[in-house]
Parts: sequence; C-alpha cells; structure tokens
Amino acid sequence: MIIDHPLLGPRDAAEFVYLGDACLIDRPDPGDENAARLFHDYLHIRDNPAGEHRELWFHEHGDRSWLVVTRNTLTHEIVRVELARDVALARGRDR
Amino acid sequence: MSGPFRLDGGAIERGRTLAFRFDGRRLTGRPGDTLASALLANGVRLVARSFKYHRPRGVFSAGSEEPNALVELRSGAYREPNTRATVAELFDGLEATSQNYLGSLRHDLLAVNDLLAPFLSAGFYYKTFMWPRSFWERVYEPAIRASAGLGRLSGEADPDSYDKGFLHCDLLIVGAGPAGLAAALEAGRSGARVILADEDFLMGGRLNAESHEVNGRPGAAWAADAVRELASVHSVRLMPRTTVIGAYDHGVYGALERRTDHLAAARGKPRQILWRLYTRRAILCAGASERPIAFGGNDRPGIMLAGAVRAYANRFAVGTGRRVGVFTNNDDGWRTAGDLSAKGVPIAAVIDVRDGEPAAAVADARIRMNSRVVTTWGRHGLRGITLATGERIALDCLAVAGGWNPNVHLTCHHGGRPVWRDAIASFVPGDRLPGGMSVAGAADGCLTTAGALADGHRAAVAALGELGLAAAAGEPPVASDEATGAASFWHVRESRGRAWLDLQNDVTVKDVELAHREGFRSVELLKRYTTLGMATDQGRTANVLALAIMAGLTGRTIQETGTTAFRPPYTPVPIAAFAGRSRGKDFRPTRLTPSHDWAEGQGAVFVDAGMWLRAQWFPRSGETHWRQSVDREVTDTRGSVGICDVTTLGKIDIQGRDAAEFLNRIYANGFAKLAVGKVRYGLMLREDGIAYDDGTTARLAEHHFVMTTTTANAVLVFRNMEFARQCLWPGLDVHLISVTEQWAQYAVAGPNSRRLLEKIVDPEHDISNEAFPFMACAEISVCGGTPARLFRISFSGELAYELAVAARYGEALMEVLLAAGEEFDAVAYGTEALGVMRIEKGHAAGNELNGQTTARMLGMQRMVSKRKDCIGNVLSERPEMNRDDGMELMGFKPLGSGDELTAGAHLLALDAPADTVNDEGWISSVAYSPTLETSIGLGFVRQGHARIGETLRAWDALQGSDVRVEIVSPHFHDPDGELLRA
Repeated sequence: MIIDHPLLGPRDAAEFVYLGDACLIDRPDPGDENAARLFHDYLHIRDNPAGEHRELWFHEHGDRSWLVVTRNTLTHEIVRVELARDVALARGRDR
Repeated sequence: MSGPFRLDGGAIERGRTLAFRFDGRRLTGRPGDTLASALLANGVRLVARSFKYHRPRGVFSAGSEEPNALVELRSGAYREPNTRATVAELFDGLEATSQNYLGSLRHDLLAVNDLLAPFLSAGFYYKTFMWPRSFWERVYEPAIRASAGLGRLSGEADPDSYDKGFLHCDLLIVGAGPAGLAAALEAGRSGARVILADEDFLMGGRLNAESHEVNGRPGAAWAADAVRELASVHSVRLMPRTTVIGAYDHGVYGALERRTDHLAAARGKPRQILWRLYTRRAILCAGASERPIAFGGNDRPGIMLAGAVRAYANRFAVGTGRRVGVFTNNDDGWRTAGDLSAKGVPIAAVIDVRDGEPAAAVADARIRMNSRVVTTWGRHGLRGITLATGERIALDCLAVAGGWNPNVHLTCHHGGRPVWRDAIASFVPGDRLPGGMSVAGAADGCLTTAGALADGHRAAVAALGELGLAAAAGEPPVASDEATGAASFWHVRESRGRAWLDLQNDVTVKDVELAHREGFRSVELLKRYTTLGMATDQGRTANVLALAIMAGLTGRTIQETGTTAFRPPYTPVPIAAFAGRSRGKDFRPTRLTPSHDWAEGQGAVFVDAGMWLRAQWFPRSGETHWRQSVDREVTDTRGSVGICDVTTLGKIDIQGRDAAEFLNRIYANGFAKLAVGKVRYGLMLREDGIAYDDGTTARLAEHHFVMTTTTANAVLVFRNMEFARQCLWPGLDVHLISVTEQWAQYAVAGPNSRRLLEKIVDPEHDISNEAFPFMACAEISVCGGTPARLFRISFSGELAYELAVAARYGEALMEVLLAAGEEFDAVAYGTEALGVMRIEKGHAAGNELNGQTTARMLGMQRMVSKRKDCIGNVLSERPEMNRDDGMELMGFKPLGSGDELTAGAHLLALDAPADTVNDEGWISSVAYSPTLETSIGLGFVRQGHARIGETLRAWDALQGSDVRVEIVSPHFHDPDGELLRA
C-alpha cells in the first residue's frame, strides 16, 4: 500500500503504524456528567463500515506525523490523506 | 547428439554438452534445455508418481503450469523438493531425483493405492478414518502423514541467501511474449521507465514455441531482435527468470527473480530476489495456458498438451515421440501435426471431436473427424489409444488440444472475477482490474499472434497516454492471423476407465460427479472436497475443465458456476525468499549500548531486552554460578558503590511553553508544579485506567523536561505522546523528540556514590546533599568540561545518581567511573542485580505493570490526581477497579528456611484446594536477596496491607512448587527511605 503523505508525498505503508478509527481524535470531555459512559463508548464502540473508513496512521519510520487516512475497506483505495493535527483543529480540539 | 529424440533447429546451443543425472542415471543435454526437455530428448518418459494413486506420470507441459513432472533438485542441504522440471534450467552437473514413491520410480510399492482407488475417492479422509476414535492420532495420522506430501525437505537449514529489492517504474509489462514485446518496444521508444519481466529464461513466450512469422521473419528471430533492441534502451529493465507473483495495492507488484538457480553454485550471490515493484501503470501480457480434454486413461506418460509438444519440437528441438497422435477440439491442435511433420516426426493420427472437413492435410496420418479417444494403454508410458469406434492406434505420444485459458490470475488479485467468453470457450479478465492495470494479448483472450502483437502495441499507447507520455507512434509488428476455431468440448462421455482432470491431485471426472451427488457443488466446496486445483500448480490445467463438468451436472452455465478465488502467488515462492535476509540473529536489528564493547571485554553475560543486548551480570574468576556474581554485585553496591548501564531506558526530550501542562495530562500524577532542577516519578495510565508505564521526568528549565520510560515501552510511550500532542491537544505548545540513542546513561548507586562522583564532576558543580538533594537534577560537566546531566534518583534504594553524557562518551565514562571508583572497590552490575535491588526496595517493574494492574493495586492510588484531566483518569474511577477487597502489591517471604519462591505462583489459603475459586492473588517477581539472605517476592494479594503477617500457600503447578509464605511489606530494604536521602 502507498500512503500519499501530505508533507512527504507517496510513502510505502511499511513506514507506518496503524492505530484505528479516526474517532479516537474525539476524546470526550472528562468533565461531562456522563463521562464514564462517554469514555466507554470512545474506547470500545466502533463502526465497521464496508466502504470509506477514516483511520489513524502514524508515520513512525518517518516524520512522526499522525495522519487521518480515508480508505475504502472494500477496495483499499485511499481517497484522502490529512494531517491528524489539522483534522483535530478542524473538529474543535485545541488545548 | 544429446539424446536420441533430438531434432534439428531450435533455440539450444549445439556446440556445448551439459552432463546431468536423473535418479543416478548419467545423461546429457544442451544449454537452452530445461530439465524436462533434456529428459525427453533422452527418451525418459516416466519422471514422477502421482500424489494419491502413485500412477506413473511423465512431462505434461512445457511451462510453469506443469502438474506432473515434479522432482527434487540438488542434494544435501541444497535439496529442493517439488521443483517443476519444465522450468528448471539445465546446467552442467545438475542432479535431479524423482519423488513420491516407495521402492523405485518404476516399481513403486505404493502403486497399490491405485488398486484401492474405489476406496480413495473424493472425501475419503472424512468417510474412512472416523472410527475407532483411538486410531485417530496413533494409527491414521502417522499413516497418512507418512504417505502424504510429494518431495522430501532436506531437513537442514537452507544454505542459500535470499534478497529483497525495490524497483520503481512508469510501466511494468508482465510477460515477454508477442504482446509484451510489442508493448515494451513501443513504451521503450517513448522514453518511459519500463520493466519487462518474464518467468522464462528466454524471452519471447510462444514466439519461441511456434512456427509463426512476424514482420516476415521467424517469430523467434524477431523476438530475439526485439529483446536485443530493448536491452540497449537505458530506460528499459529486462528481467528474465522473474515471475510476477501478485498484484498488490496501489500499483505495487511482487516478483520473484531466480538469480542462481540455473548455475551449479551460487558462489555467494543471492539465490533469489523477491522484488517489490512500484509501478504507475502495468500491462498484463501473461499469455494463456493450454488445457487438456478428459478421456479414459488420459494420464499416461506420453500424453501431453499439444502446445507443449510444439514447444519441445520448435524451441527445444525434441521429438516427444516416434509416432505422435493429436487429439483436439480446435484448429490450434492441428498446428502440432503440421509443425511435427515439418520436423520429420511421423504423425500417426489426428482425432478431432468436431464434424466437418479436416483443418489441414497431414501426410501419412489417419484423420478422424467427429471422433473421440475413449481409452489408452501402456503401463509405464503410452503405447496406444482406442477410439470410440473401437479403432486402435499404436502411438507413443498423444498431443491433446483442449483450448487455451487466458492467464487471468493477476487480474483477480483485487477481488475481480473473470468472465466467460463463448467465442474462445474460456474465461477472460473481468471489468474490475487492479488499479492501473490493463491486459493485452492472449491473457485478454486475443489468441492469435497477429492479434497479440497489435493488442500489446495498443495497450502500450494507451498506458503512455495515461502517464502523459507521448507515444513513439511506431507501427505494431505484423503477423498473419492463424485459424482459432474451437468447440466447447470437455469430456469424452463414453470414456473407459478413469478420466483425469487434475493430474497433480489425482482428481477424476468421477470425483466431480461424486462431489455433485453429495452436494459439494459450489466451486469453493468442490475444491476443498476433491482437492481439485490445490498444490504447486493450483490446477492451471485442470480447473476450467472441472468447472465445465460441474456446470454440465448442475445445468448451470460455466459463468454461473464461476471460478475459485485467485490469490497470490501465481507460482510457488520459497518461504526463504519471503524471509530474505531476516533470518537467525538478523531477524531484527540488534541494538548495542555505547559501552557494549567495554562490557564484552569484562566478560559480561548479555540478555535480550527487546532489541537491546544488556549486560546481565559480570562474572569474575572463581565464580561458577550466576548467583555468586549477582549476590556479589548487590552486596558490593549496597556496601560501597556500583555502576550500571541504564542507557536502554527510553528518553524523550519535551520542550515548549505548555510542556508542564502536557506532562500533567500524560502522567496520572501532577507535574505542573514540579520545580526547575527537580525530578519526579510518574505513572502513566492507559485510557481504560490500567497502569502501563512509569519512569522519571526531570525539569531542566521552565519549558524543558526530559523523560525516561521503561526500555520495553519506549516506542509505544513516544507514539502515544505524539498522538496526544497532535490529535488530542493540538493547541498546546509542546514538542517531543526521542533522545534514547543520543545519551548514554549510567546509574551510580551505593553509599559511596557521591564520593565517587565528586571525583569526576567538575568542581564548579556542588553535588553535596544540601546543594543537590534527593530528586535533584542539573546540567553539569564532568572530566573537565564534558557536558553531562545528573539526576539524583534511585531504583536500588541506595544513595544513587544517574549520570548521562553524549552517547559517544559512554564507553569512556564507564571506564572513568570504574577507575575513579577503584578506591571504593566499585563494581559494575548488570540487569540481574538491578532486578534484585528493585525487588528488595519494592519498586514495581514490568512484571507488575503487566496490563492487568491499576494504580490502586500498585499502592499508588493517592498519586492519581482527581483534580486534573489526564489520560486514564475517568475510567480509573470505575467501581470494579476500586473495590475495598481489591488486590494490593505486597512482599512475600517463605516461612521455611531455604524455600524458594517462584514467579507465577498462585496464593491460596493454607487449607484451601488449589482452584480458581480460592485464588487470592499471585507472585509476580522473585529474587534471592543477599541482603536479607532469603528468597523474597513481590506479588498481588487481596486486601494485602490489612493482612501483613498472615501465612498463605504459594502454589505453582507449572514449576512444581508449593511453599508457605508470609505476607510482608513490599519494601524489604530501608522502608523509610533514609539511605537514598543520605
């Protein structure tokens, strides 16, 4: 597999470590009154889509960027690669 | 002469003779021969025994689809079983042995299986070996294992080396037959970076095997010229002897190149290279494989594919018989008669299943239209055939032409399925090709030479256009279109005796009928039930025939019946090629600390710690048992001073205005208020609240920290911290870098550690107890100006420091420390003594941080700050993890003097039976404490602190130990911490 790194261009998938669903960016608010349930879902509940899937890859043997890779689980086609930091900022994560 | 069956012409080198042996017999061949062609040239027809029935078998094909002619090549550790003689290139001194028989190839005692055939039908395993149950493992399995399999492994380590390689190109062309060569010529002339790979050692594909003309010249000569032209083009890489084995994601292809298999000795060169080809576009020109027709007794040596018979005559100059017959359902079969006649091989008969006029005149041959072969005879080789009319014809070779199957395999590696094309009665590639792939020539169902040449050229022009490269606007090579009329004819119904489909696995038409009767009608079930299409050839000559017969039985079309999934690899790949250089100690890199050579010079015993090698202990002369060394290292360290290499701990440099806040969220305990010049112990939790790593972090400046992690988790902790930084809190100003390899770090421990360090720390740095108390840190210099970092931390429980210098000074520092420590009798200690001292002190380590334990279990619940957010904080509050009767980390001592504790022992009440219900905890770490002169242990037991002084059983069935233990404080040594603050 080839992942088209937004900063470094196409790189072999062997340089990356896979983590999982990009929803791991959306860490719940620990101050929420339902924090325990929210964290349970955050840790353990996953969709298993047949089709496009947004997932986290870490360029461990490269520049250490975390990436959000949108991959079609049926064809392995990669339709989008973003810096996870940009995705996190866009989703309202900050400090 | 190199054999009585040698003809004129061909692509073999007449001037040289190659000597080889087959089953000990000395034979000769020519450069350009395969083992199969050389055997045939010598009249050797019986070359193997079949898998199940041990039927005599001969060479069936002239390519990688060969089901029969599997042999063992070479000898000793170099022995390679199940090698296809049809692709094994002959070399001088080649040793080949037939396989899969008991006794001799000619008189195989296991041929008794053939008589038992009525009992060995499809699925006989599942029907026959049911009872008695006690026979399963003691009788049936050993018997089946003894008779199963084909060749024998050498049983020795593979003495060859294998490499992996990586290549990039604009255009990969798979196969160098007419389509592939036409495509490569066009692409090469356009300047594209081209790789042309072919599994054969002679490029040209069927042009070498046929008598067609291209551009008015013999096809083989045109192919040779084309290869010569391509070899002169800088941007074209020719890869003969290279099989493209799989189409992987995003234009990546796998290919196996055989570098030295055709040489007598590898002479240090890699035997094979597994290439990873990164391509922008690929054209599959993999050609087609011929299939047989099923009829009675169609497996005898001498019965061959018609195209293979032509290949042996035209390319290898070998006549495959003295009287050759042709049995065909298509026009192509007639070419065999024509080509062999032209070479002077007598044609006995041409039998065509179709009605109508003969496709050609063949001198002196019996021509039988609308006719069929129903059985054959000849024990060790074909002697004749019988037609449906009862007519008997004596012949020693029957060329069978059942039509051609495009080699669609690679088009299906991304889940695509081939589609049936009636016009050629074959499957052709479907619409869903791997991205960037196109198909040309026979692989795409274009079965004439003229068509293949034009199609290859067209595909190259199209691919170049997609790549944005200008085509060279060359004209495609020209050949005349040959006749390709064919009938859908699979099986002679009036056959007498068994009609074979899969020669390698001995699957017959009857087996398919049985599978149908018993309900195994889906092709995937048919395959598993009958073993059709398994093993080295993956049914390349068998599958379509069997599908057609199953389709006939079920009344479905062949398209509806479908094919089994095609998966890589296209042809067998040695496991050694996948391993490449990653064997033995090269399986993964070995990491050595800067003072490794020094430790080796001291005679240290090393232990693997992940990829690191760490000194485990340093034996001294007279010490005969590791315990003597370790006890001495502990006693001398606690008595005076010891030095230990702790470089392998993960080290992470953390900087930024929000570094303190960031650490506050990474660690369970607080770090925001850590003063500059101080170190703090920190515990990390997973988000689910379980403890996963610990270490110390020093604040060197307001916005600069340096963290240590455990050796084992260094990579994971860094990865998780980058995740937190980039994904969870991208607004924090914090930056991380791993500095594990940049710093060599040494623990200096023991009551004399300060006095030792004072000798090497430069005098402007005051490290007195007042100026540099417990948990202080500073950037200092040593040995007259060498920058260093000093941390007053203690894993041993003694007055202790860790001193870090740039990695390049690590070895020198170790020597300086021991020289300066000579007056204190300083010792070097290894990981074993380190472990003993941390157990004596009651520090948790990997055995306690095992992914099941919480801060509360480790006695650190007060450290977990409730006032701040940190990873794992929320879920560490789960009630089940905070029960009052939970496990607590405690110390354990055996009651009986001399009793030894074992790690992994379970704790039980004294009178309780040893079962799960009564399990009260476990011992996690043990050591012999030379300080306390007894075996001690750390472990977890329910409500431990309330039960100090209680006696339990430590029961360990695995290690056969059952001793009484007392629950004690986990802090065996200096529980109040007076020593480390001294």
